[in-house]
Amino acid sequence: MALSQRDRRNGFMAGVSGFFYRHPWSKLLLLLLPAVLWLMGLYLGSIAGLLVNSFWSIEEFTGLIDRTFTLSTYRDLFEPYNRDIVLRTFFMAAAVTVACAFLAFPLAYYMARYATRRGRFVLYLAVLMPLWSSYLVRALAWRQIFARGGVLYWALGKLGLDGVLDTLVQAPVVGGSSLIASKISLFIVYMYLWLPFMILPIEAALERVPGSFLEASSDLGARPGLTFRRIVLPLAKPGLIAGSIFTFSLTLGDFILPTMFGSSEFYLGQQVFTQIGVVGNTPLAAAFTFVAMAIMIVYLTIAKRAGAFESL
Amino acid sequence: MTKWMRLLALVAVLSLVAAACGDDGGGSGGGSGDGGSVTSDDPDDATITTVGEGEGEVNIIAWAGYIEDGTTDENYDWVTSFEEETSCEVNVTTAGTSDEMVALMQEGGGQYDLVTASGDASLRLVAGGTVQPVNLDLVGSYSTVDERLQDATWFTVDTDGDGTTEHYGVPYQWGSNVLLYSTDAFKGKAPDSWSVVFEEQTLPDGESNKGRVQAYDGAIYIADAALYLKATQPNLGIEDPYALSQEQFDASLDLLRQQRELIGRYWHDAFVQMDDFVNGEAVVSSSWPFQVNFIEGAGKDFSSVVPKEGATGWADTTMMHTEAPHPNCAYLWMEHSLDAKVQGDLASWFGSVPSVPAACDGNDLLGAEGCATNGIENFDQIEFWRTPQSDCFAPDSGEVCVPYLQWVTNYVAVIGGR
Repeated sequence: MALSQRDRRNGFMAGVSGFFYRHPWSKLLLLLLPAVLWLMGLYLGSIAGLLVNSFWSIEEFTGLIDRTFTLSTYRDLFEPYNRDIVLRTFFMAAAVTVACAFLAFPLAYYMARYATRRGRFVLYLAVLMPLWSSYLVRALAWRQIFARGGVLYWALGKLGLDGVLDTLVQAPVVGGSSLIASKISLFIVYMYLWLPFMILPIEAALERVPGSFLEASSDLGARPGLTFRRIVLPLAKPGLIAGSIFTFSLTLGDFILPTMFGSSEFYLGQQVFTQIGVVGNTPLAAAFTFVAMAIMIVYLTIAKRAGAFESL
Repeated sequence: MTKWMRLLALVAVLSLVAAACGDDGGGSGGGSGDGGSVTSDDPDDATITTVGEGEGEVNIIAWAGYIEDGTTDENYDWVTSFEEETSCEVNVTTAGTSDEMVALMQEGGGQYDLVTASGDASLRLVAGGTVQPVNLDLVGSYSTVDERLQDATWFTVDTDGDGTTEHYGVPYQWGSNVLLYSTDAFKGKAPDSWSVVFEEQTLPDGESNKGRVQAYDGAIYIADAALYLKATQPNLGIEDPYALSQEQFDASLDLLRQQRELIGRYWHDAFVQMDDFVNGEAVVSSSWPFQVNFIEGAGKDFSSVVPKEGATGWADTTMMHTEAPHPNCAYLWMEHSLDAKVQGDLASWFGSVPSVPAACDGNDLLGAEGCATNGIENFDQIEFWRTPQSDCFAPDSGEVCVPYLQWVTNYVAVIGGR
C-alpha cells in the first residue's frame, strides 16, 4: 500500500519534470509569468486605463464622467490657460536640464579623470548625501535661504548688493514680487534637487572613456577643445542623455515645489493632481499625463536617433 | 499524464486571468465613484430606535487634530474617558481634504462608522447615499446645540420627500476664514474691509500692498471675491456666493484677475503661509484662525479680523455611514461629541468655535474669551462653504449656476495670469 502510494508520487513528479523537459518553453513561461502579469496588468493596464479615460469627458453640470468617445478633452488642452501650463512646464524642465548638464559635467569629469580614490569617494558621498534626506526638508531649507528675511537677502545687504538682486528678481517673465515668488527660485531649487541624477550617469559614462583615446587624440595634433568635442563629448553622450531623462522627467512630473516657490502659477503635475484630487476630472488629468508622456516619447526618439542608446 | 498536466496548467492560467479581470472590474467600479453601489435603503429602515450595548469599537474619519486622545498634549484628551465609560475603543483615520473623506467613506462600506465632514463634502455624501439619517431622539444633547446650527442646510435634507428634513449627522465645530494682517504694516490699525487684498492701495506703513498680498489657491476662494462684490457692487445682485450666475461669476473672476497683479504667491499650505508672514513675504491675506493662533502664540506682530463684508467659513458635521458596523458606539460617540467639555477643549485646540454654546463658559483651556477670539460672534457674517452646484441648491427653481468644475478650471486660469 505504502509502496504503491510512493510509486504514484514518483510517477507524478516524473511526469512534471518530464513535461518541463519535453516543453522547454513552459519552464520559461512559468518563471516569467509573475513578472509579465505584473508588468502587463498593473503597469500597461493602468496606462491603458488612463488612455481610455482621456477619451472620455466630464459632464459640466453634474460632474459625472461621460463614457462616450470624444476628443473634447484633448481640445481643452489647447485652451490658452492649459497650453500655458504645458509650455511653462516644458520650458522649466528644459532649462533645468540644460543647467544641470553644464553644472554636472565639470564635476563628473573631475571625478572620473582626476580625483584620487579617496577624493572620488568623498565626492560620491557629497553628491549622494542630499538624497538621504527628505525632498521636502531640502525644499523648505531653500525657502529659509531665499526668504525676504533670509540668509541671502541679509548677506547681499551686507555687501550692498541687494539692489542687484531686486533688479534680477523684477526681470520680466522669470521675475516676481520677491525672490521666492519668482521663477528663478523655483528653477534654482529644481536644479539643486535633480543635480545628483545628472552627475552620476555622466560620471559613469566618462569613467569608461579610456585615457589612451585622449592621448592618441592629442598625439595626432588635436587641441584640447577639439578632443573634447570629437572624443569626450560623443563618448559621454549616453551618460548625458540618461541624466537628462532623469532631470527632465522629474521636473515634468513634480507637483510640490510650485506650491512653495514661484508665483503660484500651475505646473503640469500640479494640474493633474488638482484635476483628479479636487474636481474628479480624470479625463483632463489623463490627457495631461499623456502630454507628459508624449513629450518624453518624442525626446527619447530624438535621443535614439542621435545614437544615445547604441552603447547601452 | 501529460494531458492531465496541460489541463492543470490551463486551469491555473485561467484562474489567474479571471483573478486579474476580477481586480480590473473592482478597480474600475471603485474609480467610477458613483455612490450607487452603496446600498441606500429607505432612510427609515436605516435608523435605529434604541442605543444598545457598545460593540467594542468605533471607526472615525476625521481632520487631523479633531479627535485627540492626549498623546499629542496630555491636556487635550476627549477620547480616554469615552473609552472607559462605554468600552468603545476609538479608531481614527485622518484625512487631508474633503475629497479624501468622501473617497474613504465611499470605498469603506462596512468599515467606517463616522466622518467629520465639512460643508463641501456633506451634501455629496448625502446625495451618494453614503451616510444615513440620525435619529435625534437617541442624541440627548442635541437640544444643547447652537440653534443656528440645528437645522443648517449643509446636513439636513428632505430625502424622502415627506416635507420634514432628515438630519444626516450632528454638528461638530465651525469656524470662519479671517483677514490676517501684520500689525506693523497696518500701524496697529485693523483693516475693516477685504479691499486691502482686492484693490491696489497704500497701506498705513506708506508702501503699496502690491506684492504683499496673499490669497488661498483653492477654487472655493472665488466665493470670497463674490462675497466682496456682494457688498461693493449691489447691482450684480449676488445673494449666495456659492450660487453664482454666469455674469456674477465672470465679475468675480475679473476681480480676481485684478487681485492677481497684487499677489506674490497664493497660499496652499498653512505652515508655508505662516512662514511667509514671519519672513515678511506677505503682510495681509485671507487665512484661518489656526494660523492666527499659531503665529500670535509665537509672539509675532500679527492679528486678524472679520471685515465688514463678512467672511467665508466652514462647519463640520459628524455623519454616520449607511453601513456603519458599530451603530451603538457611533451613537454613543455622537452624544459624547456634543459634551460641553469636549466641545470647549476641541475649540481651544483647533481654533474653532463649539457647536454647543454652553462650552464657552468655564472651560479652562479655552478661557473666558476663547469663543469670542475664535469668532462665535461672527456667525451671521459667515457664508459657510458649500460645493457650488449647477442647480443653485434649488433643483426646482430653474435657475442655472456655475458648477464647481468651472470654478476650478477658471481659478487655475486666473492664477496662471489668464
